[in-house]
Amino acid sequence: MSESITIALSKGRILEETLPLLAEAGIEPVDDIEKTRKLVFPTTDERVRLLIIRATDVPTYVQYGGADLGVTGKDVLMEHGGAGLYEPLDLNIARCKLMTAGPKEGGAPQGRLRVATKFVDLARQHYASQGRQADIIKLYGAMELAPILGLADEIVDIVDTGNTLRANGLEPRELISYISTRLIANRASMKMKHRDIHPIIEKMGAAVAASA
Amino acid sequence: MTASDRWLLPDGVEDILPPLASQIDALRRDILDQFQRWGYELVIPPLIEYLESLLTGTGNDLALQTFKLTDQLTGRMMGVRADMTPQAARIDAHTLRRPGVTRLCYGGHVLNTRPQHLLTGRTPIQAGCELFGSASPHADREVIQLMLSTVRRAGVADMHLDLAHVAIYQELIAASDFDRDTESAIFDAMRRQSLPELDELLGDCPNGTPGACLRQLARLSGGPEVLGKARTLLQDGPEKALKALDELTRMADGIAASCPDVALGFDFCELRGYNYHTGLVFAVYVPGHGQAVAQGGRYDAIGGDFGRARPATGFSADVRALVALGARPSIEKSGAIWAPVSDDPALARLVDELRETDTVIQALPDDSGDPESRGCDRQLVQNDGQWGIEPIES
Repeated sequence: MSESITIALSKGRILEETLPLLAEAGIEPVDDIEKTRKLVFPTTDERVRLLIIRATDVPTYVQYGGADLGVTGKDVLMEHGGAGLYEPLDLNIARCKLMTAGPKEGGAPQGRLRVATKFVDLARQHYASQGRQADIIKLYGAMELAPILGLADEIVDIVDTGNTLRANGLEPRELISYISTRLIANRASMKMKHRDIHPIIEKMGAAVAASA
Repeated sequence: MTASDRWLLPDGVEDILPPLASQIDALRRDILDQFQRWGYELVIPPLIEYLESLLTGTGNDLALQTFKLTDQLTGRMMGVRADMTPQAARIDAHTLRRPGVTRLCYGGHVLNTRPQHLLTGRTPIQAGCELFGSASPHADREVIQLMLSTVRRAGVADMHLDLAHVAIYQELIAASDFDRDTESAIFDAMRRQSLPELDELLGDCPNGTPGACLRQLARLSGGPEVLGKARTLLQDGPEKALKALDELTRMADGIAASCPDVALGFDFCELRGYNYHTGLVFAVYVPGHGQAVAQGGRYDAIGGDFGRARPATGFSADVRALVALGARPSIEKSGAIWAPVSDDPALARLVDELRETDTVIQALPDDSGDPESRGCDRQLVQNDGQWGIEPIES
C-alpha cells in the first residue's frame, strides 16, 4: 500500500536548488511555485505533495508530523534542537558558515559580552563552550547594524562571502559551524512509510553525489 | 490584574470537558480492567515524592521533565511524578519485596515540565504495566502483546510496532575506543540518524570495526528484511551485540506469528531512554500521527538503586492521546429520565429505585432548561396518582 508523502520546503535559494534534486527522484511540482500564492502543491508523483512554508518553520512541521520530509538549513536545525527528527541526507547546497563577527578595530569589551543574533541557543552554547558569559540579544535581521549602533559587541550570523560584513566595517572572527542544507524526516514517518521514503532519499542522495 | 489573568491556564494545561472527559475515563477504566485480567495488580503511587526516590537511576531526561518543589515539613526537595514507571519499580523493589514475578499496573495523571506529546500537553494521563522478576524473553513478549491489545482497545486497527535493542549500540560503542567527546557526538548523531555527521565521525573506521558497523547500522531501518542485513554486518562484531540481534529477531518472529496484522519495523537509531533501558525497546505507531502512542522496554538496572536488582520490563501509554486518535467507537448511551418538580414521596422512592440502573435528572423549580437538552428521552408522569415513565414527544 502506498501512502501519501508531504515534503516541506521554503522559498528562495533552498527551493531553487532542491527542485532539481527532487526532479531526479521523479518529483516535480505541477504548478510554478514562484508564480502563485498557493502553499500546497501537487506534484508529478501523485502520492507526493509539496508544502511551501518559512524556513524556520520546517523543523516544527516535520517534528509534529505535519510533513514527512523537509528541507532546511543546518543552522535552523541546530537552533531548533532537532528533537524527534532524523537527518538522513546532506543536500550539499546553500553552503555557508555560521560565524561570530565584530568591528574591525574592536577589542574585547569590558565586562560581559553583548551578542546580537537570531540564533539565540546556538550563540549561548558557543560562548558557554569557550567559558565566556554573554548576553544574547535576539534580532530578526540586519545583524550587522547592531555593533555599529552600539547595541552589541559581536554578532553571530550566517556568512557566505563576507561582503556584507566588510561593507559594514565588520570582520568575521570565529567559525562556529559549517552550514549546508539537510533533508530531514519525521521519525514516525521514517518508521511507517519507509517503503516510500527510502527510495526518495536514495535517489536524492545519488543526485547529490553526482553533482559533487 | 486583568480579567484574563483570572481564568487563563498555563500552557499545555487544560480542562477536559464533557463528553471527552467521560470518554477518557471510560477508556482508562477499560484499560486498567484489561491489565488486571492479565494478572497485573493495580497500585496507586503518590503524586509527589522526594526527588531521590523519584529520579533514581532514570537519567537526566526525566529530571528535566520533573516539576520540583520544597517540602515545608522537612525542607527536602520533592518532585511531582513525570513518569510512574520508577515509582512502580520502587514499590516492587522496596515496598512489596515479594520473591518471584510481580506484575503491577497503574493509571493516573503525570506532570511534565515540557509537553512531550502534541496531543496531550503537559498533563498526560499515563496508564501502564510493569513486569518485575523475569529476565525471560517471554516476559517481554507478554508486555508487547498486552501493549498491542491495549492500543487495539482504543479502536486502532492499523498498528505499526517498532522494535529495537539498546544492547546492540551499547556493545558496539563499548568495543570501540573513542574518547568521551567523540562518543557523545556519535550518540547524538546516531539518535538523529544524521548520516552526514556519522560519515564524518566514523568515515575513517576500516570495514569490520565496531565504528564502521555503527555507521552502516544507522542506514538500516525498515521492515523485517533489515534484520538479515544487520546480521551480516555484525557477523564479526562483539558477541553480545550479535546475541542482542538474535533476541530481536526471535521476538520479531514470535510477534509476526501471533499478530500477523501488525506491521513490524526495526530502527537501529532508536536510542530512546538509553540511560535507563537495558534490552529490547518497543513502541506502537499509528498512521497519521507523528509520535508513538504507546512505548516501553526492558530496564533491568533500576531496582538495584532501590536496594534490590530486579529484571524488569513494561510499557505505558497516554490515555489522552489514545482517545485523541479518535478511533474508539463512541458508546451509545441510552437517554436519561426527567423527573418533574414534586414533593410526592412516592416519586422520590421511584427515582431512587430507577437510579440503580438508569440516569434520572431531577428538575428544579428555578431551572428553565428543557429536558431534551439534558439528554432526556423519557419523563416521569403522574396518572391517576401513579408515577409512570413516558417517552418525551418532540
